[in-house]
Amino acid sequence: MERPNFRVGLDVGSTTIKCVVLKGEDIVYKSYERHKAMVREKSTELLQYINKHILKNQPVHIAVTGSSGLGLSQENNIPFVQEVYATQIASRKYYPDVDVIIELGGEDAKILFLSGITEVRMNGSCAGGTGAFIDQMAVLLGLELDEFDKLSLNYNKLYTIASRCGVFAKSDIQPLVNQGAQKNDLAASIFQAVVNQTIGGLAQGREIKGKVAFLGGPLTFFNGLRKRFVCSLNLNEENAIFPENSQYFVALGACEYAKSTTSPISLDAIIKTLSVERKKQINTNIPPLFNNEEEYNEFLKRQNSVLVNYKEISDYEGKAYLGIDAGSTTTKIVLITSNDEILYSKYISNGGNAVSIVLDALKEIYKGIEDNENKTVIAGSVVTGYGEELIKNAFLLDDGIVETVAHFTSARYFMPNVDFIIDIGGQDIKCFKLKIGAIDSIMLNEACSSGCGSFLETFATALGYSAPEFAKKGLFAKTPIDLGSRCTVFMNSSVKQAQKDGATIEDISAGLSVSIVKNAVYKVIRANDPKDLGKNIVVQGGTFLNDAVLRAFEKELGVNVLRTPISGLMGAYGCALYAKNNSTDRSSIISSDALNNFKHTVTATTCKHCPNHCRLTINKFASGKTFISGNKCEKYTGNQSNKDGYNMVEYKYNLLANLPSKKNKARKIGIPMVLNMYDNLPFWTTFFENLDFKVVLSPRSSRELYTNGQHTIPSDTVCYPAKLVHGHIEALLETDVDAIFYPCMTYNFDEHSGDNHYNCPVVAYYPEVIKSNVTAIKNKKFIMDYIGIDRHKDFEKFAFKILSKYFDINKKQVKLATKKAYAAYELYKKNLSEYANKAIDYANKNNKQIIVLAGRPYHIDPEINHGIDRLISSYGAVVLTADALSFQSTEKVKTKILNQWTYHARLYSAAKEVSKHDNMNLIQLVSFGCGVDAITTDEVRDILEGNNKLYTQLKIDEISNLGAVKIRIRSLFAAIEERKNVKNISNL
Amino acid sequence: MSKLIYDKTGRILFTKEMKREYKILIPNMLPIHFELIKNILEEEGYDCDLLSSNGTNVVKMGLQNVHNDTCYPCLLVVGQFIDALESGKYDVNKTALFITQTGGGCRASNYIHLLRKALIKAGYPQVPVISVNLAGLEKNPGFKLRIPLIKKMASALMYGDMLMLLSNQVRPYEKNKGDTKKMTSYWVKKMADQYKNSTGFGKKIMAKNFNSIVKDYANIPIEKTKKIKVGIVGEIYVKYSPLANNNLAEFLYNEDVEIVVPGIMDFIIFKVDNRIVDIDLYGGSKLKRLICDKFKKYLENVQKIFIESIEKFDVFLAPQPFEKIKSAVKPYIGYGAKMGEGWLLTAEMIELINSGVENIICTQPFGCLPNHIVGKGMIRKITNKNPQANIVSVDYDPGATKVNQENRIKLMLATARERFENN
Repeated sequence: MERPNFRVGLDVGSTTIKCVVLKGEDIVYKSYERHKAMVREKSTELLQYINKHILKNQPVHIAVTGSSGLGLSQENNIPFVQEVYATQIASRKYYPDVDVIIELGGEDAKILFLSGITEVRMNGSCAGGTGAFIDQMAVLLGLELDEFDKLSLNYNKLYTIASRCGVFAKSDIQPLVNQGAQKNDLAASIFQAVVNQTIGGLAQGREIKGKVAFLGGPLTFFNGLRKRFVCSLNLNEENAIFPENSQYFVALGACEYAKSTTSPISLDAIIKTLSVERKKQINTNIPPLFNNEEEYNEFLKRQNSVLVNYKEISDYEGKAYLGIDAGSTTTKIVLITSNDEILYSKYISNGGNAVSIVLDALKEIYKGIEDNENKTVIAGSVVTGYGEELIKNAFLLDDGIVETVAHFTSARYFMPNVDFIIDIGGQDIKCFKLKIGAIDSIMLNEACSSGCGSFLETFATALGYSAPEFAKKGLFAKTPIDLGSRCTVFMNSSVKQAQKDGATIEDISAGLSVSIVKNAVYKVIRANDPKDLGKNIVVQGGTFLNDAVLRAFEKELGVNVLRTPISGLMGAYGCALYAKNNSTDRSSIISSDALNNFKHTVTATTCKHCPNHCRLTINKFASGKTFISGNKCEKYTGNQSNKDGYNMVEYKYNLLANLPSKKNKARKIGIPMVLNMYDNLPFWTTFFENLDFKVVLSPRSSRELYTNGQHTIPSDTVCYPAKLVHGHIEALLETDVDAIFYPCMTYNFDEHSGDNHYNCPVVAYYPEVIKSNVTAIKNKKFIMDYIGIDRHKDFEKFAFKILSKYFDINKKQVKLATKKAYAAYELYKKNLSEYANKAIDYANKNNKQIIVLAGRPYHIDPEINHGIDRLISSYGAVVLTADALSFQSTEKVKTKILNQWTYHARLYSAAKEVSKHDNMNLIQLVSFGCGVDAITTDEVRDILEGNNKLYTQLKIDEISNLGAVKIRIRSLFAAIEERKNVKNISNL
Repeated sequence: MSKLIYDKTGRILFTKEMKREYKILIPNMLPIHFELIKNILEEEGYDCDLLSSNGTNVVKMGLQNVHNDTCYPCLLVVGQFIDALESGKYDVNKTALFITQTGGGCRASNYIHLLRKALIKAGYPQVPVISVNLAGLEKNPGFKLRIPLIKKMASALMYGDMLMLLSNQVRPYEKNKGDTKKMTSYWVKKMADQYKNSTGFGKKIMAKNFNSIVKDYANIPIEKTKKIKVGIVGEIYVKYSPLANNNLAEFLYNEDVEIVVPGIMDFIIFKVDNRIVDIDLYGGSKLKRLICDKFKKYLENVQKIFIESIEKFDVFLAPQPFEKIKSAVKPYIGYGAKMGEGWLLTAEMIELINSGVENIICTQPFGCLPNHIVGKGMIRKITNKNPQANIVSVDYDPGATKVNQENRIKLMLATARERFENN
């Protein structure tokens, strides 16, 4: 009998190296460790150890696998096996009856369908829902991983957290954290988000059933995550398999593969090539940040030339002003004298609980004041940031201001002629251009690329460094690597690639600093030329405390910029200055005594006042104050409302939803309330009702409806409005309608306001996706024929031809129905115009602002716009939709681009109309993933800015958090006010 | 020096004077095809340069000058142009740019406008952009796409398809590395010479040339082994351009597989066919339909010659005629789906599967709108009806890394290899 050979399987993932040595079928060695980007070094050590202690220099079969294993294999001639394939091999050997394998790794997530058609789903360009994501979230909550897991097992409620990518989830979690949500609930919700991402995003519609095996680090270590998976997939004990050694599973597959392909080789040779340091071949054209110490010192000298004065509380007598910046990950507190000297300052990571941080700080401040015999009086207190409302209510501060105003106030203090401010914080980038002393335009990072600062931090932590330490390493890097400028999540993969190419920590660090800057410059500001930004630039935010980031910024722009010595405190300092300027001599802030009895309790509940069913977090304070968060509208939280105001979004939605007659007819036709139906519905309803159909609409969109249809979505990068179609179709399938009508429409109505009248490809052909992906559609008549509505006569002819295929239909009747349908659509347009006119009159008479919410017709769906219209309305403005303005406009707008889509032409017309009214402003809603809007947004901006109007864009997705939206809207209102003031002054 | 003349809308026209004085830059989507087209244009009196630049500066210029959410091909084409203008190689006051425009409902119709916007932004408002399209968009006195020129260009695309098709089928098996490449260069040059002598684009001479080409490639010595075949379909630019798809063809060649890339001729016929289908579905001018139908017949006839010359030899796998591809896709998707690559993309996957190429890479720019429907949206149905199909969908954009893309492709290849060995 042959002596059993040794086999070595090496699984080099994005963050860890897993190694298994088999002798025969027995595991004689296994190891699991983080490689901290030192793949080559760690592998060498590992193989040396194995060779010496386990193999005793005997030849072995070896194979390497894993996402970072490819480079290793190529350079050292070790057989490589693709990791999913390795998993498949292992599962065949150890669990031959498994139907589905779910594997989560550091940055990879995979599902393997083994029974039926073998198929693999991997996360492509998105690293959401993976181990790295969980790590990030734990850092965000300030929890150790095992603690995080333990907490998650004992939860009371689950929050909806966007699962598509870590950054989205962060923007969902942060407000919850700031609003005081419980950590156990958050931990469980985060695990649930991972589950949703895996089932919804990865499986892409294929059902996960039968025996399911769970693999990979996170699923090995987190009981909470396992529990959520088993629960969500409805698995019984025998169908949920958690293999022993699951984290070594892929490595075991590599062992098996090794057996089949190589003859035994000695590890000596491999170790020899491995241990040779390789000449790097890294794609980079980025020059070093600093060539030498001298350059660095010069830079420091220049940056340190602006001074801020400090004073001890014990040396001060008089009024003091408090400013708090309750940011997303950090809390900043500043107390200043009436001469703007700093008495007290604090910059501290809030670990998810801003209230206790501020509480401690206030106690310290009061102690200082008391020690100085109460010679200092707090005469004003203002807060800004994500936690604004919470902190304001908790400590009874005088005022809350929007972040942009806070930053502008302090930047102007240091540089009166400032014309551009950029603030890179924990997870937001905020930039604003200033013109004539007012905020001219605001650029916030889109939902997809936030998290820049905290990304650096998380990455540093993952590599075993603190953020400043890590950033410092990059200062003198010789060849910073080029990591691209898209989304921070993708940077993970770019870093992976760099690691593969053998980049050093120094080069990676410098590369990350550069990419953060590039992200800000090209993605958020979209600058082409430094001149775009202006000459006088102030940078702020904690991220710029890193010299490497600041230097990268200067280098990218080619101009010197100002970082004040309190770069991280600018928001808080701005608040303090604002408090000083608006002080009424005594602040309403909580007293020292009350502070000692301070109590804060948090409960969760669901609001039942509207179908949104907001999940509310109720904060109660000892002062008796209550603060409710999580609400989408202000209607039921006791805040001011705008009941008599005009909200055209709501009006239009109700108008459409109530269009179909309640009368029963012999035949019923179902129409999904989706995409272009939000515009074409009056036409179709009248058309079918005149053909003796009862029209049945799909129900109002909701998260639940979306989830019901999620399993048939084939493309996870399509826009949310399109994804919702699946749920609406599922809902109609459950009704007793005779047929579902959802036609393909290349062309829309021709409104003669553009060069053509197309629908976008997704709107035009989505019925094809439904037909090919919703299996149950076969059980109903599904009328999805191609039809045009732009030519009346032809429509009549083709509509008859099409409908005769499905129903007994009369030609004359079709003719009449057609006539009525066109008339009904015209009437509908007239109705909208009249409403708009009334609203404009009302606004003019009552001195109200008008906000035109411009997007697509389907953006009036509350599940798509997340109640933005009501939010704007709650600030007292009149809300109009773009179409009504466009219907009234008679001129064809001249555009620099091909104006060939009906709905987009309306945007341009509306922008033009808005420009004619002083009290009108436009907010453009953009669905994430809408490719066409990459074209329209620039054009709408050009039209507005060409007419001296502000441009505001809101990107919306399935996330329902309005935090960032509020900032933009409030900043817009603040800018409108400032502009008015400037105008008044210049008119004097 | 040519005067800058603008039309009513403020667009710079490409004048007859410019034709004499200017250099025209052409983006390189398909290396072989566009080289041939360049030769035709030179024969017509244009001074052209085919851009082959790549590298990070192209992407950087693109990111700087177009909206970053715009599709990747647009970003690359614009980036490549601006990179070229900035390179110092050209007199920016005597340079014009060529770009194709389809006029469909996809945002690709806007490339030309985004290019113009970018030119202004980057400081080159004086550079004229010439639209090459069959839809009658944007006319220029210095460049007219008359029927003889259209026919010549169509012939170049045919030759391009032929050379691409055959070299894909020979190269993985060649005995002497480099033979196939040499053969392709030889024929590109030979065609350039023919074009210079105003020949090479008539039906008869095409038939003759096709025969010679097939014979020449068949004579390249090969190893008689069997290899895995992998089809490449997708958004037209990403599918063909090595710049956009991270040199996919080369990667696959190194993986020791034979690639099958459907030619561009079907796309041209598809675009003509769309006009006919539009009239059939929504009504319209009978005369227009007649003209389109005539043009389509012409193209189909040339395609027939193309196919026959391959089939006659019985060495290479010939593509299916357009109508056959079209009828094969009928159970999957409506002919009205015309934006972008439309139903043709789905059809190409079906054709590949029907001709035994079951491993397919469907390429697209990240967030490509039509591909949500005709690519990713159809894969489930295709695999349901053809369980043997092994399709991977790969997104390309400036942020996507090669290692991720290659990992996905490798996985598809692993499945392919397993099946290959089992058979």
